[in-house]
Amino acid sequence: MADATLQHDTVQHGVPGAYEAPLFGAYSKKVGMWLFLASDSLTFGALLFAFSYNRLYTIPWPTPFHAESIANATIMTACLLSSSLTMVMAVFAAQRGDRAWTRNWLLATMVFGTAFIVLHGMEWSKLIGEGLTIPGFPKPPSAATGELADISKNVPQFPATFFGLTAMHMLHVTIGVIYLGVVAFRKWFLPILGVLWIAGYLLIPADNVFHYGIHALLLGLIVAAVILYLKPKDYDAHDVEVSGLYWHFVDLVWMFIFPLVYLMSTKIQ
Amino acid sequence: MMHDTATHSDSKVTYFWVWGALLFLTAVEVVLGYRQVFQPVRMLEVLIILSIIKSALIIGYFMHLKFEKALMRWMLMASVVACFIIMYFFFFPDAGRVHDHGVKWTVQLGSRV
Repeated sequence: MADATLQHDTVQHGVPGAYEAPLFGAYSKKVGMWLFLASDSLTFGALLFAFSYNRLYTIPWPTPFHAESIANATIMTACLLSSSLTMVMAVFAAQRGDRAWTRNWLLATMVFGTAFIVLHGMEWSKLIGEGLTIPGFPKPPSAATGELADISKNVPQFPATFFGLTAMHMLHVTIGVIYLGVVAFRKWFLPILGVLWIAGYLLIPADNVFHYGIHALLLGLIVAAVILYLKPKDYDAHDVEVSGLYWHFVDLVWMFIFPLVYLMSTKIQ
Repeated sequence: MMHDTATHSDSKVTYFWVWGALLFLTAVEVVLGYRQVFQPVRMLEVLIILSIIKSALIIGYFMHLKFEKALMRWMLMASVVACFIIMYFFFFPDAGRVHDHGVKWTVQLGSRV
């Protein structure tokens, strides 16, 4: 550290070669986010490969998704794709310095993201209620029997890979909504998040898995509060663009989950 | 000099076209899923190709990688794709074992003969 300090003190500004040009020609936050996304893509890649492995290895593979599930997942896909468009508009607005429209477009992106989470949560609750579960999930009495309960018993790799993959993605979407909320509203987003957490915990029945999953919002609240305490800054166009990279990545991952998980397990009657 | 935020030489209309193309490709996937026009392995291949096209549109336009320096584009994409190729050779020769060697399963899901 002492050496670094000494070298820093002797830098002469304006002298060619004093600062090395960035390798990728981009600012450090953007490069950092890209490197994180590259590593995160391997996490999702491993989960998608595990799902596909089981899909090919298990004969016959369960096909529990009826037309209603496919329609629901299609609407969820449209929500995420539309949220990416509103995110691009937010970046445009941030670059021209329009703070009001930056906030509006970020809010629109958060609304689409929240719609995705809610629809996905309803889908999960319906499947669990019909018996598609993994050990440790709270489940209502209706989950004891039926086609999906048989699948959970005889092909446990199906619910394990399905819930593992989609839960990981849902967590990323939730983190993304919180991230955008912090960028758009800064400290004013924290009480909103707190109210959503308490309301969700009180309103969701105790035999629903999201009664416990809603605590992800509390963790997000704590992390966001620490970040805002350490860096209580006004987020600029760079921050909006970097948050957009994360959001588009979440959208990108779903482009693989939707066909592989839902369309490859379709039962149309 | 460090580059600032990605410069948008293209208009907003381009992004609406990309969004429309992504919705269209999603609709194609859903129709293929509904009609079940291919056998599962062929269906998997077709859906993966469509997903790769969609992801290229998202990465190139929405994430602006198309507008970044060539070094950044190649370093990121080559490293990630190389890892996926390695994963493929780890997983799939074994995944096809049942399919290729004809290990039969009874109608009772999960009980092997």
